[in-house]
Amino acid sequence: MQAKQQYNFEVVKWFSYMAVVYLVAGTGMGVFIASQLAWPDLNFDNPYISFGRLRPLHTNTVIFAFGGSTLMATAFYVVQRTSGVRLWSDKLAWFTFWGWNLIILGAIITLPLGLTQSKEYAELEWPLDILIAVVWVSYMFNFIMTLSIRKVSHIYVANWFFLAMMIMITYLHVVNSLAIPVSMWKSYSIFSGVQDAMIQWWWGHNAVGFFLTAGFLGIMYYFVPKQANRPVYSYRLSVIHFWALVFGYVWLGAHHLQYTALPDWTGSLGAAISLAMIIPSWGGALNGMFTLSGAWDKLRTDYILRFLIVSLAFYAMSTFEGPVMASKTVNALSHYTDWTIGHVHSGALGWVAMVSVGALYHMVERMWGTTMYSVKLVNLHFWMATIGTAIYITAMWVSGIMQGLMWRAYDEYGNLAYTFVESVAQMHPYYAMRAIGGLIFFLGAVIMLFNVTVTIRRAIAKPSAEMATAANI
Amino acid sequence: MANKSNKRVSFQDWVEQNVWGLALATALVVSVGGIVEIVPLFYLQNTFEDDVFPEYEELQGVRPYTALELAGRDVYQREGCYLCHSQMVRPFRDEKDRYGHYSLAVESKYDHPFQWGSKRTGPDLARVGGKYSDAWHIQHLRDPRSVVPESIMPRYPWLDNATINGEGMVRRLKAMKVLGVPYTDEQILGAAEAVEGKTEMEALVAYLQVLGTMIQFEPGRDYRE
Repeated sequence: MQAKQQYNFEVVKWFSYMAVVYLVAGTGMGVFIASQLAWPDLNFDNPYISFGRLRPLHTNTVIFAFGGSTLMATAFYVVQRTSGVRLWSDKLAWFTFWGWNLIILGAIITLPLGLTQSKEYAELEWPLDILIAVVWVSYMFNFIMTLSIRKVSHIYVANWFFLAMMIMITYLHVVNSLAIPVSMWKSYSIFSGVQDAMIQWWWGHNAVGFFLTAGFLGIMYYFVPKQANRPVYSYRLSVIHFWALVFGYVWLGAHHLQYTALPDWTGSLGAAISLAMIIPSWGGALNGMFTLSGAWDKLRTDYILRFLIVSLAFYAMSTFEGPVMASKTVNALSHYTDWTIGHVHSGALGWVAMVSVGALYHMVERMWGTTMYSVKLVNLHFWMATIGTAIYITAMWVSGIMQGLMWRAYDEYGNLAYTFVESVAQMHPYYAMRAIGGLIFFLGAVIMLFNVTVTIRRAIAKPSAEMATAANI
Repeated sequence: MANKSNKRVSFQDWVEQNVWGLALATALVVSVGGIVEIVPLFYLQNTFEDDVFPEYEELQGVRPYTALELAGRDVYQREGCYLCHSQMVRPFRDEKDRYGHYSLAVESKYDHPFQWGSKRTGPDLARVGGKYSDAWHIQHLRDPRSVVPESIMPRYPWLDNATINGEGMVRRLKAMKVLGVPYTDEQILGAAEAVEGKTEMEALVAYLQVLGTMIQFEPGRDYRE
């Protein structure tokens, strides 16, 4: 019983379970809106489920509901485990939990109503923005205070990444959301045009760089060594990885605005730093993968480890693809096309979701002191996630490059070879293929929810001896 | 864990033992890139073309949206049009032939927030103004596939059923003025009357018809240094 009091895993359990629920909800929404693009009658002439209103709900659900719950679960889990102390404040942690879920409920209500600031990945209107800031700071403060009362001398590397993510997201969210309200649910950004665009993509790319990368690297640095039962491959590399990443990522937003009305120097600067970012990104991916040196055989039997390692392969792939797409020549072709969507999803499905899923399975086993109800279903989930992601990104590569080439094609008389809508018509098979890839990924998530639910129910029904000591493992 | 080769405590070793030091160092390091790329945009003289070329009179043509156009712009935001349509023509031959003159920074200087977009599931709309008739737009918004059979755009029949709130538009113009958009008092006071009885459909079409039309470009003139 003494063990139970040592750590607060109750709040981590709730965040973890909600993360799985939101994974199902967010990917399910994704399959629906992907299907709307392939078969537009699925919009049903209903304002509340039309593509333009549901797409922000999809991105908010996967990024902030699923990704956010995962980050809150893992950061609270890791900081306690690596500091040897209980969370600084239980009450504050529960405030973070209920506050965050209230925000998500707010998103589910307001976005289909069309209440939006229309800034990508920052659509929520000002009352919810204020709530996000408060809840986010409560999360960060509890995390920092827990570190400050730690029982070990050094702060473990995973916590650096979590901390950097929390600090940067605070900056980004506050600045990018600055707006003047005109009514309860309508506001205008205080910035306009070119400055607003730069601030939006400073936010937009760092939502990727910090929320979806630095935070999940924190997950990688704890859960890969833990699941493989090996130390991190290189401490030095992790120091370089950390500082290079947090310094460099911030500059990349401008690569979203190349050839636009943004002054050329800004876009070029963003592109140049983007190219350099491949070094810390690959350094980090290799650091994670080499952690398995001498233990590669575990991949044959440990399905949870498979999720973690394949996520690093996708991370390496999309952090190679990113700088390529940021280079001006490729960007001229790829920008505005489905290639961008494919790139995002190789990161979101292949990297973020897979590493999260690995960490969530790991935590479920540890916190409930049990093993997964069905290892076979974990394996099935692994293959569905991998195959679904592969189908999705392949479809988007083909459609994206095809769009880029059709838009710039000329015939022998010097006229544009294709009308725009001809390119739209050509996309149909790829949009259908994307929906199928997404559906496979989604069904994998449903299997996970089932497996996790049954595992937890069994663990609660039959408390094992391990469960009592679970908190100490 | 830390591998110290000498007695002196390295910076890294220090921040790993001091959470506030780590937080402060990280907070400083992550702010550099944003400051370098964003702050100059607010004061450098070459951000806006009308500062670089004050002698080009056509650049003075950019004006605030009328109350009806702004109401239409709000509908455009609400329906998430920007998710599939960009408003940013890049300086390429094919984009010039397809959409028109490349976009200038001055053209979106009153856009709170900007609507440049990031994706072209449908075509760019930066210069769609005047290319089609009002009747075409209305028919297209009610049922896109009745005019463009291959289109995958949703239908927007509900825009015909809602009217614009006049008092709401007065407040919105006032807010824009606070943000620096040069609305006159007459425009603000007249906003309610200007939108009276207008449907969201009419407002949206008014907005689409003004896009990209405020500057009368001089042929052969280059607006980027």
